[in-house]
Amino acid sequence: MTEDMLIAWDSFNSGEWRHLVNVRNFIQKNYTPYEGDESFLCPTTERTDKVWSTCRALLEEELKRGVLDVETGVVSGIDNFAPGYIDRENEVIFGLQTDAPLKRIVNPFGGLRMAESALHQYGYAMDPEVEKHFKLYRKTHNDGVFDVYPKRIRVARSAGLLTGLPDAYGRGRIVGDYRRVPLYGVDFLIQAKREDWDALDGPMNEERIRLREEVSEQIRALEAMKRMAAGYGFDISRPAKNATEAVQFLYLAYLAGIKENNGAATSLGRVSTFLDIYIERDLRKGILTELEAQELIDQFVIKLRLVRHLRTPDYNELFGGDPTWVTESIGGTGVDGRTLVTRTSFRFLHCLTNLGSAPEPNLTVLWSRTLPTPFKQYCARMSIETDSLQYENDDIMRPVYGDDYGIACCVSAMKMGKQMQFFGARANLAKSLLYAINGGVDELNGTLVIPNIEPDTDETLVYAKVLGNYKKVLSYVAALYVDAINIIHFMHDKYAYEASQMALHDTLVERLTAFGVAGLSVAVDSLCAIKFARVSPIRNEKGIAVDFKVEGEYPQYGNDDDLADDIAIELMMHFSSELKKHPLYRNAVHTLSALTITSNVMYGKKTGSTPDGRKLGEPLAPGANPMHGRDRSGALASLNSVAKLPYRDICQDGISNTFSIVPAALGRDKQNRIVNLTGILDGYFARSAHHLNVNVMDRAVLEDAMEHPEKYPTLTVRVSGYAVHFNRLSREQQLEVIKRTFHESM
Amino acid sequence: MTIGYLHSIESMGLVDGPGIRTVVFLSGCMLRCQYCHNPDMWAEKEGTPITPSELVEKLVRYKSYYQASGGGVTFSGGDPLLQPAFLAETLQKCRQNGIHTCLDTAGAGLGAYDEILSYTDLVLYDIKHYQPAEYRALTGRDIAQTEQFLAAVQAHGIPLWLRHVVVPGLTDSESHLRALADYIRAIQNVQKVELLGYHTLGVPKYQSLGVPYPLAGVAPLVPDALAHCQSVLDQSLRRQPS
Repeated sequence: MTEDMLIAWDSFNSGEWRHLVNVRNFIQKNYTPYEGDESFLCPTTERTDKVWSTCRALLEEELKRGVLDVETGVVSGIDNFAPGYIDRENEVIFGLQTDAPLKRIVNPFGGLRMAESALHQYGYAMDPEVEKHFKLYRKTHNDGVFDVYPKRIRVARSAGLLTGLPDAYGRGRIVGDYRRVPLYGVDFLIQAKREDWDALDGPMNEERIRLREEVSEQIRALEAMKRMAAGYGFDISRPAKNATEAVQFLYLAYLAGIKENNGAATSLGRVSTFLDIYIERDLRKGILTELEAQELIDQFVIKLRLVRHLRTPDYNELFGGDPTWVTESIGGTGVDGRTLVTRTSFRFLHCLTNLGSAPEPNLTVLWSRTLPTPFKQYCARMSIETDSLQYENDDIMRPVYGDDYGIACCVSAMKMGKQMQFFGARANLAKSLLYAINGGVDELNGTLVIPNIEPDTDETLVYAKVLGNYKKVLSYVAALYVDAINIIHFMHDKYAYEASQMALHDTLVERLTAFGVAGLSVAVDSLCAIKFARVSPIRNEKGIAVDFKVEGEYPQYGNDDDLADDIAIELMMHFSSELKKHPLYRNAVHTLSALTITSNVMYGKKTGSTPDGRKLGEPLAPGANPMHGRDRSGALASLNSVAKLPYRDICQDGISNTFSIVPAALGRDKQNRIVNLTGILDGYFARSAHHLNVNVMDRAVLEDAMEHPEKYPTLTVRVSGYAVHFNRLSREQQLEVIKRTFHESM
Repeated sequence: MTIGYLHSIESMGLVDGPGIRTVVFLSGCMLRCQYCHNPDMWAEKEGTPITPSELVEKLVRYKSYYQASGGGVTFSGGDPLLQPAFLAETLQKCRQNGIHTCLDTAGAGLGAYDEILSYTDLVLYDIKHYQPAEYRALTGRDIAQTEQFLAAVQAHGIPLWLRHVVVPGLTDSESHLRALADYIRAIQNVQKVELLGYHTLGVPKYQSLGVPYPLAGVAPLVPDALAHCQSVLDQSLRRQPS
């Protein structure tokens, strides 16, 4: 143990963590659970106000222009940019992605064309030198993927059966255990990686060769991280000595990841209770006040709100609002039954009061039946006041992932530093059903997408026959989807490896591969219509069903009616088991989500009329939500339907549900509303539900915001799995959010 | 077999009783209140036929929400008292399943109150009016009917949340509110007195039913006026009887 470590770890309880990398062990030995309320919280400091007001002006300017600035002369990399500041005198936590706030990075490693198109959109051009070098000497992830894609994948891709494949940009959803840097210092981590590298000896098969190369890349990234930190005057080769250094070093570790990568989601992990240990120690020593503690967190959160990536118009159409998914997971319960809520859990949420509501960081509360009541009620209050929180069920995730997992992106749990995720795209279940009816031919472009499906020529659709063909289609889609994802992640590892983020994982990392579905509720309601009512296709001259006549009533998903909900369960179980028939790249484990973010709008555009009465082009419902307006039995019935979808082993990547209620329906006064919302969350999660986005707002506010965006500069809404600035959504996406069911019974 | 007639179920109502509640709207009402906003629930034996077991089977699915919030089920309508046998049996089954029960009623029922009330945890009692003549003018019925129910509730010692609708020009004067306070003071086990503002959300239902709307032209009560009425009433309730 070095002298630096002895100083840094002074007065911490010892444990295994002192000998090998084990952040969880450090937390468990040292954290202070907090069961009280929010009354201890402090406002912003003058310094924070100054920094934030500078940022606010920049953010407003950015909103007007789309992007504020782009660094075109240098490409992404851990230490490729000069240090940048917002207001050096008043900043407490330092570091920016480039040399100026909100100036975006060009990352051509995912795909050169994507980077060029993003630049072009905002009136910039790729630096000719950079372009020349990439074209001459550097193959990209995107090039690799398209060297391999078979025709059947390209056909499915352009038909909109599989959409959002990360084959032209950074895959994301990799969360480094950034806490390792402040706890151990980078030199200790490099030493551990060197030992791993030495131990990885033996017959040089493909797997071992690849891993040895990756560990070498990781060590190089850690060295670069030190150089980048040194540019800001910080020596992160050694561990953090106090709370300020702990926050700073942790942020620099995260910053390395977002300088190097532009992954779709670059989440933070689970840092608040870790940081609380340092804050508590400094408070005890009398070298930090509560006001200063809040200042640290406020200034850290300001930095997280400035994270940007350069995206293309196509990307924005899928995932509206310029999201970065800087997800921070807060709360939860330990396996020993102690709450993992600390004062810093409150301090993080309190930023929404101190700095105003905002979509990032994506604050995710890990809800557990046994969370302290004052914390539950504080969360409910923040939801009512800011619409900026999402909730996930710790009681069903803890048995699978333990008590030191974090959420990547919107809903995906993974053990911090021990698991990583391959992820991508969604399979369109609604379109798949149309293929079952139309003999595998696309209803919009007329191409054959799924071979060997007998066209259905019945005047009235017969459930058993349609279901039989649907299952055949889904088997084909599952195989195709696995192939696409295997290719993508093979190439991403090869050409755009996230060395700095993977350096903060165990060398022998477990890999999850998350698949997704879109259009669940449309598929279920369509099947119900065929099963319980009379559905007659209206076919065009080529025999393609372009519309459907529905006669009679039928049960619909979202009303706690098992007749419909059981079909949803069966569908997810079937698709999950079909995916699992196909082995995955690097022996990853299959998981599945019902999560669309805002892509349900684009999916709907690419999907013809469906047997549930939804017309061509209309949006699908988001995530696992019931279709807009069809959940007619009130909120609890709607929640119960979604809660039935099985999480463990089936939808183990997440089941996203977005819940909107008008304030007057939530209770007669503020205190009532807080208690009722807490009860809704407790009741929903007691039924083993997985996820809930909560919006407490009047539909009229959103309608007014569409017409007068200037009146609502910070209006934040939760959509499937994340929060966005309402003003940053496209008009189509805004209309879809407004159309969603608002529970308003009074 | 006992069969009830269900107009609809709102699985989550947060303003009709304590906590998170499911509101069961039963068909049928003998009052014809001028401001009624549920004229579609007047007719008896209309709606979906359902047995007590079927209904309770639906309700137990929401128990986790009730338990988390101190909520339960509220039977409303129409007036739930118009289906006494069905109501009593359903209430009893709710009790057996540990679900808190509440009646939202104006008290104009068909008897069997002892049985109904022995399985009732809370009554939301709507005072239409305290003067016999005004009561009849407003509802078309005799006040004695509802007073009989109120007496039964008192005899059973069941907690009451009293409600009263404030209609501009009809029931919003200070003298009216003071007299209402006098009337309320004579009632026991009152836990809460809530004034409800007159609104016009039910008007379209009259149009689709082809029934003339008695209060056509009366504007909804604005929230500030409601707050003022509530404070007048609360002050009068705190004073000794005049």
